[in-house]
Amino acid sequence: MNQSLWIAKTGLDAQQTKLSTISNNLANAGTAGFKRSRAVFEDLLYQNVRQVGAQSSQDTQLPSGLMLGLGVRTVATEKLFTQGNLVQTDNAFDVAIEGRGFLQVLLPDGNQAYTRDGSLAVDNQGQLVTSSGYVIQPAVTMPEGAQSVSIGSDGTISVATAGTATPTQLGVLQLADFINPAGLQPMGKNLYVESAASGTPQIGTPGLNGVGTVVQGFVESSNVNVVEELVNMIEAQRAYEINSKAISTSDQMLQYITQNT
Amino acid sequence: MSRLLELAALGARETMLAQAMNSNNLANASTPGFRKDLMTYTGTTRVEGIQSGVDLGAGAVQGTGNTLDVAISGDGYFAIQTPEGGEAYSRRGDFRVDAQGQLKDGVGNPILGDGGPIALPPYSDLVIGADGTISIRPLGEQSNALQAVDRLRLVNVGDQALEKGFDGYLRLPQGQTLDPDGAVKVVSGALESSNVNPVESMVRMIDLARKFESHVKMMSTDEKNRTSLNQIMRFS
Repeated sequence: MNQSLWIAKTGLDAQQTKLSTISNNLANAGTAGFKRSRAVFEDLLYQNVRQVGAQSSQDTQLPSGLMLGLGVRTVATEKLFTQGNLVQTDNAFDVAIEGRGFLQVLLPDGNQAYTRDGSLAVDNQGQLVTSSGYVIQPAVTMPEGAQSVSIGSDGTISVATAGTATPTQLGVLQLADFINPAGLQPMGKNLYVESAASGTPQIGTPGLNGVGTVVQGFVESSNVNVVEELVNMIEAQRAYEINSKAISTSDQMLQYITQNT
Repeated sequence: MSRLLELAALGARETMLAQAMNSNNLANASTPGFRKDLMTYTGTTRVEGIQSGVDLGAGAVQGTGNTLDVAISGDGYFAIQTPEGGEAYSRRGDFRVDAQGQLKDGVGNPILGDGGPIALPPYSDLVIGADGTISIRPLGEQSNALQAVDRLRLVNVGDQALEKGFDGYLRLPQGQTLDPDGAVKVVSGALESSNVNPVESMVRMIDLARKFESHVKMMSTDEKNRTSLNQIMRFS
């Protein structure tokens, strides 16, 4: 069968994946703490049709052979952990991370997850939770009658309660850092889990040892650049069209044989 | 078998291979650092068929803003370590750091520095200079504590011929290696795309399709010739 058909098909697959990645980035342009992805491609195997350097006669060699590439493959969709813009919300429970690090989240199944989405809230037990209701680690419980909450840049959480002059310190919002954040496994809901590629989490106090600082009253918006995504989309669309043209041309070639022989 | 039919069939087969090669170039139009395959025809008294080469021309450089994306400006190549342990060259600059701190390319092969594969200690900032020097701010250090950890092994081939391997990387014949060249310059935050020119490849695709049709036409002409010959022979 004509190899060209299958090669062009790999190109269509790759561009389709690229377009899905772009669509997901665009769909999440307004998701707090979202990090955009990029599809990474590599060329598939090469097939040796004619060996280079083979003897073309007893004394001469072929100066070049025929190496036929078999298309393209998507290696990965890689998350790009660049800083998103910090948007002011004036909500006391909104925290943004400026720099490296992730908030630690306890999943309902007892496992640990990590997030950059700092739009936090308080549940009915006074615990600090994410917008999905998962408890932030280390757990912080708001006392009853708390008047105002302040979260310092080093993650210290303190509340002012009615009738006391000095604020009470409740705990510290510790951040987890990874040597290779791009290796974290995204699991949706703005959460990531540790993988073999990310390395183990290094827990640190915000502002120390290279971990970022915490900014209260702000959320980190997504790092999606809409203009860039639209340009990528046009590029992916054109590449898709070209590959589908290659399929139809190869098809016409086969059709031409069947009609003329 | 008729000589015309044989030649036309060979031509059609080779054109199909050339079309497959062209489709591969198109499929890799957005593979970073991809170098397109060239097809050359060697025809003498008998059809010897097409041969492949590799076009080492530069691709377009796109800004990405990602510090681990590196593009080579002008001539030169990155040196990478292949899974077999050998050295190969490419222009693919979408680097990443794995869990062990090793610098790898988009496919996952280690990037070579002055002394073998580059390993980076934990860092909070990373800068890749124009000559490939990698400086980092170690985790927890002040911003004035930048230190150079390694340098990308950048090479230049000059007039030596590079060949493409089965994995798509470029190599010198017979496993030779190149010495680092200080004159190669890189740009961080930019990525070189493939050097496939979609318009040119589309035109080639049409050209090959028509060529194929004319080969098939010759095959059917040959058949008509023989039918006519058979008819003439029957009358006589």
